[in-house]
Amino acid sequence: MNELLEILEKDARSTPEEIAKMLNTTPQAVKKEMKRLEKEGIILKYKTVINKELERDEHADVRALIEVRVTPKKNVGFDYIAERIYQFPEVASCYLMSGTYDLLVVVEGKNIHTISNFVAEKLASMENVRGTVTHFLLKKYKEDGDVLRQPKKDKRPAISL
Amino acid sequence: MKLSRTAITLPPSGIRVFFDLVLGMKDVISLGVGEPDFVTPWNVRESAIYALEEGYTSYTSNKGMVELRHDLAKYLKTKYGLEYDPEEEILITVGVSEAFDLSIRAIVGRGDEVLIPEPFYVSYGPIVTLCGGRPVYIKTDPEDGFKITPKVIGAHCTRKTKAIILNYPNNPTGASYSRKELLALARVIARRRITMISDEIYCDLTYDFKHTPFPTLPGMKDRTVYLNGFSKSFAMTGWRIGYVCGPREAIATMTKIHQYTMLCASIMSQMAAREALKNAERSVQEMKREYRRRREFVIAGLNELGLTCHKPEGAFYAFPSIKSAGLSSMEFCQRLLETQRVAVVPGTAFGPLGEGYVRISYASSLSNLREALSRMRAFLASLHR
Repeated sequence: MNELLEILEKDARSTPEEIAKMLNTTPQAVKKEMKRLEKEGIILKYKTVINKELERDEHADVRALIEVRVTPKKNVGFDYIAERIYQFPEVASCYLMSGTYDLLVVVEGKNIHTISNFVAEKLASMENVRGTVTHFLLKKYKEDGDVLRQPKKDKRPAISL
Repeated sequence: MKLSRTAITLPPSGIRVFFDLVLGMKDVISLGVGEPDFVTPWNVRESAIYALEEGYTSYTSNKGMVELRHDLAKYLKTKYGLEYDPEEEILITVGVSEAFDLSIRAIVGRGDEVLIPEPFYVSYGPIVTLCGGRPVYIKTDPEDGFKITPKVIGAHCTRKTKAIILNYPNNPTGASYSRKELLALARVIARRRITMISDEIYCDLTYDFKHTPFPTLPGMKDRTVYLNGFSKSFAMTGWRIGYVCGPREAIATMTKIHQYTMLCASIMSQMAAREALKNAERSVQEMKREYRRRREFVIAGLNELGLTCHKPEGAFYAFPSIKSAGLSSMEFCQRLLETQRVAVVPGTAFGPLGEGYVRISYASSLSNLREALSRMRAFLASLHR
């Protein structure tokens, strides 16, 4: 991977000036490269990673992973159905899978009812969908490389030779 | 109690007081740490947990587990083309510290001289002294990036010179040597018929060229005691596990001392080391990339502050000159600590040549480095006011 991307993926708030120092180049060159990556859609956006496990919000959304088996549509295959599904704002992620089902759909909703309504009314009733299995998510431990707990303190002695 | 004269007269670490000051203070951003800020890769930790579950709690062979020695021989061969017989030329030790102690005990006798380039890692001189030898400190030139040259080595050799200690990449300066530079050193070592004690613990953190182990140079394997370990490459400092490779008779002699003093390295650490050799290369490379970026960031930042600095080729230290601040190393560090709560190590901890320099460790997160540099900027501004 492009080292600039590696830096930004770790800390999107790194400034072009800082990145330039790290990569031994000029801030202008970094800005230019970032513009290019943004334009090509390789950099989609800059987000904040929020530890929702710590935020403890009673009204926090509920998540479910839904296994979806579908009949691929002629000529367009799975992509067409996937698009029909991921356009719903309730869908947080959508993946094509190998194995016993085809699409893995991550759905977010206010509560269990919202999600079951969505599955029953929107998803299961879709013409190419042959079946669904819904798993509600109980607790998140780690997401996209980040462990969801308070960062641990540095255990090293403050000075050593 | 009556104590040994040699032990009593051993020079104390001159910066103990400063250490206590740092350790007694809260909310310090420390760039004074001589170990990785990463924790040991999980697969390595997990293998030690498994070892405990399986009841690996015994002694091992004095030389270390035969499986580990074989894995290590294979690893050195693949990585560097370095060939050591796992049965007779490799000894697993309790960190490089023990490996260094053993090699000095095995090599240095009363009155023998050992060349130590300055600035040096703190334990080199005292161990030589404890063995009845005489440390001969060689000044390096800051203009050369604190690198030793064949000429100065030659100039300090006498009939009594037994060995030279070379640490590259270097703690505290971060300096390292290209193959070409090492070849020049090898020539003078061969001519003077002295032993090279090569401490290459930071070998995996070499940024600008490929690291060349000293024993891979033509004719040097028989003259070299090769010291290395797992602490820095695999972020395993607390496991205390290292090794020494060398000619058969040297290793046999060291093993004799090791069996009387240490018996063997801890078996859990040895089990973890096996896993590190086999399955941690990806983590090592990831950590290296991160250190490299921090190096560029810190060096550029320091130079902007007028704390001029050679670009270190390896390890995770910068060794900038603080002469522009108009303070001694110790004053600089104390005042920086007291006014801005940033800890760095006075260069004088590594010998008198370190006066006018400080050691800055970039084994610390980028956000820490960012904050530390901005506090140093404020500190320097307050001096010039």
